[in-house]
Amino acid sequence: MVQKYMTGSLRSESHSGRGGASGLIPRAVAPETSRRGGIRLFHPVAFLARGCCLVLVVLSLFKCKAFAQESPYIVTYDHHLEEPGNLEIEYFSTFGTQRAGNDFHAYWVEFEYGATAWWTTEFYLDGQTTFHDSTLFTGFRWENRFRPLRTEHFINPVIYVEYENISEADKIVKEVEGHDVASDHADPNALLRQGHNHELEFKLILSKDFKGWNFAVNPLATKNLSPNNPWEFGYAAGISRPLALKASAQRCTFCRENFIAGVELYGGLGDTQSFGLHETSHYVAPALAWNLPSGWTVRLSPGFGLNGNSHRLLLRWGLSREFSGFSEILRGLFGVRL
Amino acid sequence: MKVAAVSVIAILLALGTSAVPAEEERSRNFESPSAVLARVPEKDRAKRNPLASDPEAASAGRKLFEQHCAECHGGTAEGARRGPSLRSADMRHATPGEVFWIVTNGVVRCGMPAWSKLPEPQRWQIVNFLQEQKGNTP
Repeated sequence: MVQKYMTGSLRSESHSGRGGASGLIPRAVAPETSRRGGIRLFHPVAFLARGCCLVLVVLSLFKCKAFAQESPYIVTYDHHLEEPGNLEIEYFSTFGTQRAGNDFHAYWVEFEYGATAWWTTEFYLDGQTTFHDSTLFTGFRWENRFRPLRTEHFINPVIYVEYENISEADKIVKEVEGHDVASDHADPNALLRQGHNHELEFKLILSKDFKGWNFAVNPLATKNLSPNNPWEFGYAAGISRPLALKASAQRCTFCRENFIAGVELYGGLGDTQSFGLHETSHYVAPALAWNLPSGWTVRLSPGFGLNGNSHRLLLRWGLSREFSGFSEILRGLFGVRL
Repeated sequence: MKVAAVSVIAILLALGTSAVPAEEERSRNFESPSAVLARVPEKDRAKRNPLASDPEAASAGRKLFEQHCAECHGGTAEGARRGPSLRSADMRHATPGEVFWIVTNGVVRCGMPAWSKLPEPQRWQIVNFLQEQKGNTP
């Protein structure tokens, strides 16, 4: 039997809890099973409505928008951090096709804050809807990126540290690590959500800008904090470029300089017990970002699986807006002395 | 969901309140432009502006400045609470290469981010705009 470490030992435990094999519960009865089991199903509309309300409340606090110059990457990181004092609120969706299972729509909201010019912190809320199954809130992530060097260098490193508290039903595929494979997502939500993961993830972000191009490589290592779990490894790499390097003098929406195109490549590299490409999944994803003068950024990225262990298609899109002066709003709220 | 929503707000508020005083403290004690300019490597100091003769560069630079820089340095680089004036005597005497280096690298420890995310021609357009401001009194 192929061992799958996608979400560490908890995944293995939940599998072993039902006999160690996936798919013992027929797909057709999954929703019924979850209802009988007394598991609360989040209503999709209510979930989205609450999310929108939360976002709107936060948005209403701001009066200053900031023009964003966002890269098209959704999985890969470059070395550019959030401007200090700015808050960026982002929504992303991933539609995934599922071999031998139901397709899904996973989504997350991201709050990205530039605490200083060398430290950016982000908070994620994840959810997913599996078609013909259910909608779930699947957990949260807290991510921090630190820039250790003062100036630009030939290659610019950024240290990335993330804590994840997510259920095994999480399907946003924000990164691929270890032996993550598409079949991990084939089980019914009622089964997947029983497993819970506490993970630490580390990335070394290496990035360079050269003649308008950005090159970024992110090797990653993940450790499930439950005992007896191996370190898992993965990678992401990206290359991108604005469609025009010079800005036009007029404020414009459809200028070429507002569009940045790129391509990402990401996948798993096994774990400490079986390092390599065996039983791993890999994706290539063209990506496009459109930075609007109004402060909004729209991203689109269809990702294609490169082997039989991958989802055939991961179609991602996102909407984000950056707000300046968040730190001043906090100062106003709490009366911090200057 | 409630727990998650409360968590996100609490964390952001905690981080924000802890970061704000430090950030503002830094911005009150701007590193003097002369100290920043002194750090510019010699080869960057001597860089020539490839868009110096581009008649539209300054107006495009103005647009970029308003989008990315004006919040901290004021609409015409006169300085504001979070960033120093870029029309000071030191900056008036800075070479285009020095200004370009500062835009590219920022003054990270003092709160100014690196703007290397902007393509090189756009950074030179900003330099053009700032050079144009030299003629204006601070």
